[in-house]
Amino acid sequence: MSSHSLATRTEKTEPAPARTRRTRNRGWKPRLAPLSILRLLILFGFGIFCLVPLIWLLLTPTKTDAAILGDFPLSFGTFDRLAAAWQHLTAYSGGILFKWMLNSVYYSAGSLVITIVTGLLAGYAMATMRFPGRKTILTLTLLSMVMPATVTVLPLFLEINAVGLTNTAASVILPASFFPFGVYLAFVYFSTSVPKELLEAARLDGCSEFRAFISVVLPIAKPLIGLLAFFSFVANWNNYFLPYVMLSDQDAYNLPVGLGALMAGSPALHPERGGSFLPITRPEVALAGLIVVIPIALLFLIFQRYLVRGILSGSVKS
Amino acid sequence: MTTSRRAAARSSATAWAFTAPYALLLLAFGVAPAVYAIYESFTSAKNPGSLGLDSYAMVLHDFRFWPAIGNVALFMVIWIPVMVCGTILLALLLHERVGRLSSTMRLIFFLPGAVTGSAAVLLWYFMLDPQVSPFAPALHAMGLHNSIDVFTSSHLAPIFALVAFITGVGQWIVVMFGALQGIPEELIESAKLDGAGPFGTALLIKLPLIRKYVIYMMILAFAAALQIFVEPSLFYSITQSGSAWWSLNQLGFAFAFGQGDFAQAATVSVILLVLSAAAALFLVFRTDFFKTEVES
Repeated sequence: MSSHSLATRTEKTEPAPARTRRTRNRGWKPRLAPLSILRLLILFGFGIFCLVPLIWLLLTPTKTDAAILGDFPLSFGTFDRLAAAWQHLTAYSGGILFKWMLNSVYYSAGSLVITIVTGLLAGYAMATMRFPGRKTILTLTLLSMVMPATVTVLPLFLEINAVGLTNTAASVILPASFFPFGVYLAFVYFSTSVPKELLEAARLDGCSEFRAFISVVLPIAKPLIGLLAFFSFVANWNNYFLPYVMLSDQDAYNLPVGLGALMAGSPALHPERGGSFLPITRPEVALAGLIVVIPIALLFLIFQRYLVRGILSGSVKS
Repeated sequence: MTTSRRAAARSSATAWAFTAPYALLLLAFGVAPAVYAIYESFTSAKNPGSLGLDSYAMVLHDFRFWPAIGNVALFMVIWIPVMVCGTILLALLLHERVGRLSSTMRLIFFLPGAVTGSAAVLLWYFMLDPQVSPFAPALHAMGLHNSIDVFTSSHLAPIFALVAFITGVGQWIVVMFGALQGIPEELIESAKLDGAGPFGTALLIKLPLIRKYVIYMMILAFAAALQIFVEPSLFYSITQSGSAWWSLNQLGFAFAFGQGDFAQAATVSVILLVLSAAAALFLVFRTDFFKTEVES
């Protein structure tokens, strides 16, 4: 069975067994009660451990540095203070934060477009056509998919440096466009969810492969495009090591690398190391962190289903 | 015969036209850097022009190399068992009673995964600082009263393990939970009829059936842990604990940018590449995860 149908089955069957099991436990095994309580304690306990840091991060930019040290950690400050933190942060280094935001959007979107176009075409070809070299590409894709992308970052720098492209947008966008996991998702999707009859009908109609791809395949690939866009965006928005190595010019940083520079360079996190006239303190740095995190957290909340399905098709198959 | 051969040639030309853009990316940013790193690692800054093992000898005798291996190994030894046990425990607990609570909790466990890289370092730097952390009572109970107590060099491996665990566990719970959902309902029911309690069912029926996913998780975790860079690099620049060569990737970075010695940087990369390629080869060819894809 495909991973795909596994995921949908998961959603469908959830409520039913829960109900039957609950009633049965109640009737048969009252001795389970302490265990159930222990189960809930562990689950809620870990849930709180997951949520508290995120809530803290949301609240902290609304407080003064002194309030962060003195007040209850999970208290709300004022909106005025949040506005002040925003002003300090955007004034930092001549408004460089806006440059980092734009760069983040530009790098992520650039890689996303190239990833989707190349991934759809290649995944479709490997799933529906047989050609010499197919198996090699498929195997290399699987291998590079399970190897962490960071393993080639330093060699990539040597390569990009050899052609004189370091410190350019291309040095981040192009390597990040190589996204084997996306190609694998496309391959699995087209292997399992494009009916052969549909393609054969299109071919009999005299459509060229490319026309058939545009008019028949693309319309049914919309969920796949969403999935690819989601995973590619999350990976690239959070990318640190590649841009950190490729870009030496602060103006070219993306948000995560900019945040790293802010943390390392401003006295916000180590005030004991000496005074500074910069108004960059803990709330400002926390706000910068929040700006990096919020887009991804929102995507997680909105596209939960994509998330689960993509992760499952990467591993769970029966 | 000729027409069909011509048709086959035409259709593989079409297939290649579809595959070529991706194949170029694969070649340029997957294969080429690996090949280039291997070549570069056989050069050496001392004897430019000749190929040999000088850089390997220099890296292996560098005073920073073995400590970096030790640090990364310690990080793995803490993180991987914690993650394996934590993931299995939480996934089994969630699977014990499937429903709305279970799916809400899965989402909550996933959310910390939105905070990775430099943002995770920022967040956990604060979370571990007893002066500002909401977990301050727990930190004080452990005898940690200020940031100097917490951020000592000997605490770095467990701190990185904690950050890696909290950001990654949600994703692995989704995988394990999916695997548990794949167990036939009848199997669990019949175990219950045979008198197996929740512990018995979990340990004797469920766990053996998801064993291969545990192996999958361990291999990927091993490959990911080898690469650790952001956390030690930023923690070093903020707290001055650790060093600029705490991990292997940091050492490679120091070779390339601190000393301008690309040959030794490439050597470190090749060592990492070989280790993660071994893990990847094992996963793709020695487990049945990608069997259908490899053989199709």
